Order: sequence, then structure tokens, then C-alpha cells
Amino acid sequence: MTTPVPQNRVAQWIEYRLPIFSWTNKHLVDYPAPRNLNYWWNFGSLAGFMLVLQIVTGVVLAMHYTPHADHAFDSVEHIMRDVEWGWLMRYLHANGASMFFAVVYIHLFRGLYYGSYKSPREILWWMGVIILLLMMASAFMGYVLPWGQMSFWAATVITNMTSAIPWIGETVVTWLWGGFSVDHPTLVRFYALHYLLPFVLFGVVFIHLWALHHRKSNNPLGIDIKSPKDTIPFHPYYTVKDMFGLGVMMFILLIFTFYMPNVLGEVINYEKANPLQTPAHIVPEWYFLPFYAILRAIPDKLGGVVAMVASIAILFILPWLDSSRVRSARFRPIYKWAFWIFVVDCIALGWVGANTPEGNFIWIGQVTTGYYFAHFLIVLPLIAKFERPTPLPESIHQAVLKGGGGGEDAPAAAAEAAPADAAAAEKT
Amino acid sequence: MADAAPSQDSSSEHAGTRRDFLVLAAGAMGGMAVVGITWPLIETMNPSADVLALASTEVDISQIEEGQVIVVKWRGRPVFIRHRTADEIASAQDVSLDDLSDPQPDAERAPRPQWLIVEGVCTHLGCVPLGSKIGDPRGEFGGWFCPCHGSHYDTSGRIRKGPAPANLPVPTYEFLDDTLVRIG
Repeated sequence: MTTPVPQNRVAQWIEYRLPIFSWTNKHLVDYPAPRNLNYWWNFGSLAGFMLVLQIVTGVVLAMHYTPHADHAFDSVEHIMRDVEWGWLMRYLHANGASMFFAVVYIHLFRGLYYGSYKSPREILWWMGVIILLLMMASAFMGYVLPWGQMSFWAATVITNMTSAIPWIGETVVTWLWGGFSVDHPTLVRFYALHYLLPFVLFGVVFIHLWALHHRKSNNPLGIDIKSPKDTIPFHPYYTVKDMFGLGVMMFILLIFTFYMPNVLGEVINYEKANPLQTPAHIVPEWYFLPFYAILRAIPDKLGGVVAMVASIAILFILPWLDSSRVRSARFRPIYKWAFWIFVVDCIALGWVGANTPEGNFIWIGQVTTGYYFAHFLIVLPLIAKFERPTPLPESIHQAVLKGGGGGEDAPAAAAEAAPADAAAAEKT
Repeated sequence: MADAAPSQDSSSEHAGTRRDFLVLAAGAMGGMAVVGITWPLIETMNPSADVLALASTEVDISQIEEGQVIVVKWRGRPVFIRHRTADEIASAQDVSLDDLSDPQPDAERAPRPQWLIVEGVCTHLGCVPLGSKIGDPRGEFGGWFCPCHGSHYDTSGRIRKGPAPANLPVPTYEFLDDTLVRIG
């Protein structure tokens, strides 16, 4: 793994002044990645690609969009009908937002399953949570820009949540609006922030990767890299694997973009914003549904908003709630179940969020919300305390090369049920 | 202090005082500059003068028939003006204050009982409640019903059921004469 010295004299001249060739080599070519990364590890680079795609299509759209309460709606139709390829840029951008959330959610659950939030990757994890928050803010404000009915009422409902803050809530919400309701000043500031935040997000992604490359990737076994034998160079192995994943993702994104570009949207957003008429059924985009269900599950305005914020904020302290030192769920027989129950719970929350809060949806929403928090605050600490993990393999390369490909059964062969272990586990 | 290490103390103290003073003074000035610019930056986002200037509106109410509600726009948001029927007035006035989660007598909300003027913005998350148009659902208490999260308001615009924490607010208004009202 010697750093290749560029042969080209121009490249040498540049390298001496800005070591871009050795830097690229260190982080993208010879970068030592665990040799056992599976396809769930594709989603980080896919998210990075989606961010770039959103920025590129977004900048092009901004050249044709008019941030004005009277003209925004028409300018979006102008993009759709008159601007060359405008329909493609807009549909890519709108469906790209959904794709971005999809890959980021998978990336997040990957981290949950394999314990990627645990020491020494807590700051890496925090940066990820901040990225998620920035994404949500950007997506929400972007959704407001077309100034359709759903844009307007989503903006009204979401900004009104701040009015739940005791004492200063009303002042804060007036400040957010720049008026006495969602109106032109609100639209323009949302536009400014929607343009800004993705670049802030890009900066946080840089810190995310900095921390990642400092402590290196986690892997399906959740054990540390111990020797160069545990790693393979990023290029060509993972560049090729990521490219394949990119192909699959683009296939899905383009199916939506070309064949069902509006299936994830709301028809009523093709109706211009009307401040005097609330649509009969307000629903957020699919990627906000679980949080919307949590908001509605608490029959109190402030309580609902607090619960919704807490549902994401709780991720910040996750590394300390789950104190088990074993990272990967492969070696955690009980946590593995808790993980899948949690996945089902999140999907159930999304389903509740998509429906009107009536009848059975009320108690289902409350039970699933309760379990969401119980998973973090009760289930995880208890599992960490009482679970007896199966023995970890010696090293990544041993598990991969000798243990039958590091499958689920490999470590079980070495499992020895010693009563002393059980006693020790109960003490800790 | 003095008997610990007098020679060292006095020299370092002497050398430190001027430098410390400069660091503190420069730091304080810098801090004031940051606060000084942060305040205007935050203030720019508050409603501007032209938005504040549109803060009142006059409405002719002579055409509103008994039982009818009209919706007018004030400060960019709807205001309901309801010409209440005798039944609606009676049902609003007959409620015991103990049954209300945000207790307020009807007389306080509608000084002229036949006219109820309230902001048409649900106090939960800001949707416009239904009930102003003929055929709209009016909820279990005959006033308004918010479709977003299911809040029910009575014929005095008071919250009776659902997640909203407060009654529909009564804007400041004034009857200029029997047919003209100024809101704001």
C-alpha cells in the first residue's frame, strides 16, 4: 500500500502544492474497508449520490422557479410545460426526495441492526442524526415551494407546532411566518433556506465521512479490524459494488420518475394554495408519516409536539441506552428480535399516520407510539443487561475465510453454554 | 496569596494584567459585535412594516342573513362572522362554564349576541374549521368542526372536544355603526 507518486509532471507539480492525488488514493482507492461488507453497506454511498442529484436538479429548477406567493404555483407549471426538460428535472427532484429518504432510512436501520452507533462511532452517529434532521427540514420547505394546497397547509400545520411552546410560542410562530399567517414572506424565506440547507448538509456529510474514515467502517460481524488481512482496498472492490447498487437504485428511481411520477404525491397539491379553505384530509409525504402518527397519538398539543421531537432526539442518546458491548445483532439473540419488532412498529406507525385518526387507529397509534419509546427506554437497556451474546469470531478474515463465509451459523459452532457465563451475565 | 510565591506572583501578575485586560476587552467588544449583529438578523424575519400596515379591515355585515356565516380575510387568515339564530345564542349561553376546557362566558365573546366574530383558525395546528358553508359538518356542538385533527367548536366558537387547547380567538373589533364592523 505504498502511496503512488504521480508519474505525470503536471500531476507532480499539483501534488507538491495540493496533495490531491495521494489524498484521493488514501480515501477512495487504497482505503482499507472490511472485507465482509454486505449489500446493506451500499446505502451510505447511495445517499451521497442522492444528495448530489438533488442539488444538481435543484439548482437547475431554481433557475426557472419564481419564489412569490402569486407566481410560484404558475412557475412550477411553467417548468412542467414550457421549460426544456423541465418536467424531467422536477419529477427527478420530487421523486428523488423520496428515494433519498428511502436509502437514508435503510442506512439508518442498517446502523441499528449492526450496532454502528456504538463506541467508537458515537460522533459519526450524531452527524448522521443531524443529517436526518437537516434532510427533514429541507424536504419540508421544498414541499412548500410549489404553493399548492398541500404545500400551504403542510406549512401551516408544521409551523403552528412551534406555537405549542409555552409563553413565547405565538411570538416565535409570527417570527417564522414574517406575518400573521403563512404567506409570501414565509414562502421566500423557505426558498432561501431550502437552497441553503443542502449545502450545510453537505458539510455535515463531510464530518460524517471524516469520522468514518478515522475509525473505519463497522461490518456485519461488528468486530474491529485487527490486521490488514481483515480489509480489502476500497477500489476496485467496493467502487464496483457501489456502482452496481447505484444501477439498481437508479432503475427504481427512474421507474417512478418516468412511469408513476405522481404516485407518491398528493393530487390536491395541483390546486393553488387557498388560505381560506383547508383540504378535507391533510397527509404529509410518506417519509414523515410515522412522526405524524406520533404527533397525533398524544391528545395534547404540546405533548404531541414534544413526543415527535423526542422520537428523533432519542437517537442521540441511543449509544448509551444500548450498553451492550456486542455491536452486531448476529451475536445478540434477543436484540435481533427486538430490532425486527421495532421495524414492524415503525411501519405500523407509518400506516397509522396515513389514516384519519378515528376508531381503531387511535389506540393503534397510541400503542405503537408507546412501543417506539419503550424500545429505546426499556427494551434496549434491559436486553443489554440480561442478554447473553453468542461468542464473537476471532477476526474478520477468520470468520470470512474459514467459518463458512461468516454466515449466521458460523459463530454458533463455537458456542459453549457454560453456567458460569450465565452467572456472570446476570451480575453485569 | 502574597506569601505563596511573592516574586513569581508579582511579575506574572504585572505581565498578565495588561494582556488580560486587552484580551478581555477585545473579547467583550467582539461578543458585543456578535450580539449586535445577531439581533438585527433575527429581527429581519419579523413582520415587516407593510405587513403590519394591513392589520385592520372593514366589513359590511348588512347582507348576512340570520344563520349565515361569512368568511373574511384579515391579516392573511380567515375570520368568521356569524349571524346567530336565537337557538344558537341560547345554546351558547346555556352552557355551564364547568363543561368548558377553556371557560369563557358567551357574553364576553359576543357582546352583541346575534353577532359572533372569531378568527377561523383552529387553535390546534392552524387549519380552517368547517361549518361556515351550508352543508359543512358543524361538529357535535353545532359550531365548527376542524377536519385536520377532529376538534369540535360550539356556537360561541369555544373548544368542546378534540386536541385544540383553546377557544377560537375573538379578534379586536368595533361596530362603526349597525352595518359596518372594523376588525383589527
